[in-house]
Amino acid sequence: MPEQLADTVDPANWTCPAPLRDQPVVVMGHGGGGALSAELMEQVFVPAYGNATLAALADSAVLELGGARLAFSTDSYVVRPLFFPGGSLGDLAVNGTVNDLAMSGARPAYLSAAFVLEEGVELSVVGRIARAMGAAAEAAGVTIATGDTKVVESGHGDGVYVTTAGVGLVPDGVDIRPQRARPGDAVIVSGPIGLHGVAIMSVREGLEFGVEIASDTAPLADLVAAMLAVTPDIHVLRDPTRGGLAASLNEIARASGTGVRLQERAVPVPDAVANACGFLGLDPLYVANEGRLVAFVPPSSADEVLATMRAHPQGAGATVIGECVAEHPGMVVVATGLGGTRVVDLPLGEQLPRIC
Amino acid sequence: MKYIDEFNDPGLARRLLDEIRATATRPWALMEVCGGQTHSIIRHGIDQLLPEQVELIHGPGCPVCVTPLDVIDQALEIASRPGVIFCSFGDMLRVPGTDRDLFRVKGEGGDVRVVYSPLDALELARRHPDREVVFFAIGFETTAPANAMAVHQARRLGLNNFSLLVSHVRVPPAIEAIMTAPACRVQGFLAAGHVCSVMGMAEYPELAARFRVPMVVTGFEPLDILEGIRLAVRQLERGEHRVENAYPRAVREEGNPAAVRMIEEVFEVTDRNWRGIGPIPLSGWRLTDAFRAYDAEHRFDVTGIRTEEPAECRSGEVLQGLIKPTECEAFGTTCTPRTPLGATMVSSEGACAAYYLYRRMNAATPQAERAAREEMNPVA
Repeated sequence: MPEQLADTVDPANWTCPAPLRDQPVVVMGHGGGGALSAELMEQVFVPAYGNATLAALADSAVLELGGARLAFSTDSYVVRPLFFPGGSLGDLAVNGTVNDLAMSGARPAYLSAAFVLEEGVELSVVGRIARAMGAAAEAAGVTIATGDTKVVESGHGDGVYVTTAGVGLVPDGVDIRPQRARPGDAVIVSGPIGLHGVAIMSVREGLEFGVEIASDTAPLADLVAAMLAVTPDIHVLRDPTRGGLAASLNEIARASGTGVRLQERAVPVPDAVANACGFLGLDPLYVANEGRLVAFVPPSSADEVLATMRAHPQGAGATVIGECVAEHPGMVVVATGLGGTRVVDLPLGEQLPRIC
Repeated sequence: MKYIDEFNDPGLARRLLDEIRATATRPWALMEVCGGQTHSIIRHGIDQLLPEQVELIHGPGCPVCVTPLDVIDQALEIASRPGVIFCSFGDMLRVPGTDRDLFRVKGEGGDVRVVYSPLDALELARRHPDREVVFFAIGFETTAPANAMAVHQARRLGLNNFSLLVSHVRVPPAIEAIMTAPACRVQGFLAAGHVCSVMGMAEYPELAARFRVPMVVTGFEPLDILEGIRLAVRQLERGEHRVENAYPRAVREEGNPAAVRMIEEVFEVTDRNWRGIGPIPLSGWRLTDAFRAYDAEHRFDVTGIRTEEPAECRSGEVLQGLIKPTECEAFGTTCTPRTPLGATMVSSEGACAAYYLYRRMNAATPQAERAAREEMNPVA
């Protein structure tokens, strides 16, 4: 069969042939954290802004400023519903940016918060979100130091949008970025996956799965600091939010030119998530998380890092799910429970429930 | 979860594979009819675990794949109209029509919504009496009862702003079409368990006898599929061609009579075009005259939309098992999941999309492939 392949295509040139102009309008998938999001970034924003820092496409940018190394990140939050089991828009807006900073190894310090409010939204709702942000900031040890508020006419927004930006200091000797993944690295996930995405879906779609599924939203900077105390030589950290574990691992594989090999049975998928995904025809590997990280750790320190993670409340469910390999560069492959293999590709846009 | 885990047990899977290996003395080509089975086969890597003699051919049972282009274009036209809420199962949104898909229509301002059941669409119709709510009623015998129920309910509730764009297809006529194709290589079928759980098994003995092919009603978990393959291979080796039920926990001989009654009340059998294959006589359902008021095709007057497949797309041959996806000139070049020419590259169940992913991995490790081949056949 490989002979047929060689006859029909050139594997070395196996990239998506479609330029962005084939999509003349923004579609939902452009915000899904998958291939369409990456195209938007690479074909619209990077050429327009043109600098090496941005082109690194990490969760946060690491900048040299006044002799210090500063991590800097921004993110907008447009979740519906505004309040859900396990958290709220406010928690996400703080934890999301805190975690993006932490994924560079930074200690997050200050955040900004910008609100876009839709005319007609109750002030009590805005107050609840603000209080949730205050509490989340306190828990994460960051200060919300500045902000902004705009109001749009009724019908021109979805209630409340929040944008947070944040800065933090990167300790000396720490160099964490997707390009640093190396064959042999242990791939560790900090706990069960899929909880946030399924929690949101269950309330948004009014689906009940027998047990209440709560979002995993949580700040991860303290966990990262504990991991760095074991070894500053952690190669990659990523919080698998939109696009889930599959998107994060694909981005790392592509950025580093390595492959990732997962053991399907090692990936911690809670029963409730597995059942919900089975019902909806979704793959838990693509479902969003808001309080998990995936780490690429040199094999020499993997055991010690894992033990440290497990001793931390945010990493109690940490487990090794696979390894970084030299084979199939740029690709994520899963060894199935039965002993077969399959490719886990970058999702195109948002994951869609299957019909059968 | 324990229940599902039992159907994933690697020890049992190994035993079934050993039995299949010991049973198969010569090459056999089996077709799994249902896209859900194809998905499971690829997801668990079952095709790679089978002995070389047993080849799986992916059948036309992906409802997303076989919905004809002109119906997609009708959907796009209706969804673009002001005042319409167009509801669909999620994976139809990315299927390309002639020049766009439902995602594009949504991006351009159309009110396109993903629902999990036609009854969700019915609820939207109830909540929005000033809007026309249309549900894209595609699929095989599995989705037909719920769609029939939705129309039935709409009439009972007096909801006149609800309609179905119907493109239902039926499995048995497709099996007949596959078996009568001149270049057919299929020697046995894994029949779709979910279809039989609705319709029962009555239509299959005649097909098995006429075409002298074993037909094993098969489920969707990995062990279900391996058991289906084991029974089909055993029949082939013995020269038998019977209908066997390897999915008794879900399928009864008579199916689900209440669901069948619901279908028969609302739908009637009609000829249907299959995307990539063409017309198959009596292979679909349409709303009966009594329910014509709920037929979106007539309500929105889109019956005149008739379109042609791009000549470059060979998905029809793929769907019939006549060629492998990799034998298509467009595969992986002009046709990818990002830019699909045909629906077999769109749906995660589509054979082309599945091959695209799997072959990519092999393409990335030519040395590993070569080593494996040399090990199997050192002389070559």
